[in-house]
Amino acid sequence: MITIEELKRIKEEQRPILEKRLIEQGNVNINEDGSIVLNGDYYKKQVRIALKNCGIIDPNNIKEYIAVDGYFALANCLINKKAKDIIEDMKASGLRGRGGAGFPTGRKWETAFLYDADQKYMICNADEGDPGAFMDRSILENDPHSVLEGMAIGGYSIGADKGFIYVRAEYPLAVRRLRAAIDQAKELGLLGNNILGTGFNFDIELRLGSGAFVCGEGTALIESIEGKRGMPRTKIYRTAHKGLWEKPTIINNVETFANVPVIFQKGVDWFRSIGTEKSPGTKVFALVGKVENAGLVEVPMGTTLREIVFDIGGGTQNGKEFKSVQTGGPSGGCIPANLIDTSVDFESLDKIGSIMGSGGMVVMDENTCMVDIARYFLDFTVDESCGKCVPCREGTKRMLETLDKIVSGKGEEEDIEKLESLSETITLGSLCGLGQTAANPVITTLKYFRDEYEAHIQDKKCPAGACVDLVEYFITDKCIGCGACARACPVDCISGAKKELHVIDQDRCIKCGACMEACPPKISAVIKR
Amino acid sequence: MSDVRLMIDGQEVVVSSETSILEAAKQIGIEIPALCYDPNLEIEAACRLCLVEIEGSNKLQTSCSTRVKEGMVVHTQSEKVVKTRKDILQLLLDSHPNDCLTCQKAGECLLQKYAYDYDLKFRVHDGAMRPQLLDTSSPYILKDNAKCILCGKCVKTCAQVSDRQVLTFAERGYETYIALDANQTLETSSCVSCNRCVTVCPVGALVDKRALGKLRSWDGSSRVINCKRCDYGCEFEIVSKDKKNIAVLAKPPTNGRPLCLKGRLNTELEYIDEPEVPYRKISGKFEETTWSKALSLDGLLEKFEKMDSLKGKTREE
Repeated sequence: MITIEELKRIKEEQRPILEKRLIEQGNVNINEDGSIVLNGDYYKKQVRIALKNCGIIDPNNIKEYIAVDGYFALANCLINKKAKDIIEDMKASGLRGRGGAGFPTGRKWETAFLYDADQKYMICNADEGDPGAFMDRSILENDPHSVLEGMAIGGYSIGADKGFIYVRAEYPLAVRRLRAAIDQAKELGLLGNNILGTGFNFDIELRLGSGAFVCGEGTALIESIEGKRGMPRTKIYRTAHKGLWEKPTIINNVETFANVPVIFQKGVDWFRSIGTEKSPGTKVFALVGKVENAGLVEVPMGTTLREIVFDIGGGTQNGKEFKSVQTGGPSGGCIPANLIDTSVDFESLDKIGSIMGSGGMVVMDENTCMVDIARYFLDFTVDESCGKCVPCREGTKRMLETLDKIVSGKGEEEDIEKLESLSETITLGSLCGLGQTAANPVITTLKYFRDEYEAHIQDKKCPAGACVDLVEYFITDKCIGCGACARACPVDCISGAKKELHVIDQDRCIKCGACMEACPPKISAVIKR
Repeated sequence: MSDVRLMIDGQEVVVSSETSILEAAKQIGIEIPALCYDPNLEIEAACRLCLVEIEGSNKLQTSCSTRVKEGMVVHTQSEKVVKTRKDILQLLLDSHPNDCLTCQKAGECLLQKYAYDYDLKFRVHDGAMRPQLLDTSSPYILKDNAKCILCGKCVKTCAQVSDRQVLTFAERGYETYIALDANQTLETSSCVSCNRCVTVCPVGALVDKRALGKLRSWDGSSRVINCKRCDYGCEFEIVSKDKKNIAVLAKPPTNGRPLCLKGRLNTELEYIDEPEVPYRKISGKFEETTWSKALSLDGLLEKFEKMDSLKGKTREE
């Protein structure tokens, strides 16, 4: 059994070793208050809470986590605080779930705390599945102990002695590091029975997902842990009352748990000083797409999209015109350039039809077709719908078919109305969050980029030049007859005599664009129209 | 458990607080359409037809899974509800084969009934349809995946008997279908032809094959009897036409009533004027058999004779 003195001794012993290693590495800055931050402009504008140890400590060494004050929050909670105080602190901190919906964590915990039962469970939802999102993965791989510590604090507060981490099997490194972290924590006595001599028991087990996106939905996740097919349950009871095996269960996201120990280390007031009144703290985003500096960005809530995309992300690649940013993954929406000054918090994003979501942020430029983007996300949802409820199973399929028609130039005038009507039914009628938000990419693109839909349907043109069925490669009379395009064409559909104008056989053209790339830049005779 | 007072479509109703809105509405004669709801089964809320509007909430709620609350004001036929309900039904019809003319379920099919109630028709479209996967391997059940609306009732009722649990969902999204064991047929799976699934199927996806082609739901007359094979006394419907008993149909199993093939065959033999030959499943193959074998009476019949003749002899002596 480990004592608080022993924990302090490990910290004192390990801290200089860690600092020495970091100084030798040379990529960090150790501040006067003891905090360690990564060097570089990219990090300068960020405020890192959930990611604070990522890239700094060795995730395979629990002592390095202890050296940066790890497990002291748990120790302090167990020794000095009652369960009720922790709940009160969590409520006062205003921390909201980082998995997407933003439900206040303290209130969630209180529901389970107040419900009497012989057994309660704490679950960490690590089934991160939004395309292009890798916030949780980074925390699990680089700072697994922060999640374990957060779970243990939560477990102590609600009265659970058992935790599960439901993690994607597609994250093998995260799984390995979590396993190692759990083993080390157990060995030191920071998990298991009688933690720090306080009589509190808490054990954590891993459960691996099998690739179904819908298992990130709380009730489907519970079904999956119970060994059943991952399909969402209808909410007759709250999971905080009757969840896993009908026992009070709290499910929080990885990033939420990673915030918990820091709140107890630095205090509620400190936490509330970051972010906005209604959304305190920070949020991690996976900034991807056509942005100059892609990567993980953690910023205070209330930061504007412009600051994230341009100041931190460096704007779009190759100086192309910025068109839209998509937040919230398949459940989110596409935000147009004129709303780039929207601040990022739960309410503001909701107001403009998108959602915070788990933190995917995809930047799009002038070459991105918004109809095609909506189609892409719908395609994802259709694939990942569990098949249980009718609006999601049947409705998203029909929406995808309609979008397929539109991007291939077969769209009809009434298709937009059809999409709007189906969107409404799917949103109103679906059983779980997946279905209720599935139409969001279509709803927002119809709202902000309706002209692109109309161009596809009425003019049979893709303004962004992205939908292959609607573009045509054409050789203008600038052609000098060098033959470079004909040699590059993989289907031999370009003909023309030497030094004479070449012609593309449109019937055979597969629209790969090889001719356009092969045409000497000085000439630029091949155009896409 | 206390009583609560609420308003449904302008009518006041007082029910216990454990009641669902759907059941409360039923008590005052308001029928809310539902395809996946069955009072004997776990609540699924999968079909979404029973959605209602509750004042004070922007969302629609499934009335099967939402319990009543004091002072609740419910609308079961508001514009929003009816529009959503019609869209959902139309989505089901768009994937359903237009086969009501010859479908065995015609007249009893809930999809047909609701389509009539809401004035919806099949539409011609070039989108996807469910693949035709007809399982004809069993002499007792016909399973037509193309007609399945995936309400899940068959899976639930099958799972209620712990040693059965044959039916399950397979694949996901639009590709979802009901499978037996690890994708077996009715013949090769561990299905015991109890017909529980047939009794709960709201459409023509699971039908009693022995009644196939013999009657339409509106034909003839019927009465309900209790099976005498065992103490459970499961209910069966005896259907007669032209003064002849022509079919025995299992009634839905209620709590504690399991239904079984032997009981159904027993009832067939007892009531049907000209019963068809029975089949037994022997190591994953259906084989024609005799009635005494089908009802496990082989040894008993000989013993009856032996005992009866012994009795005769004793009397002679």
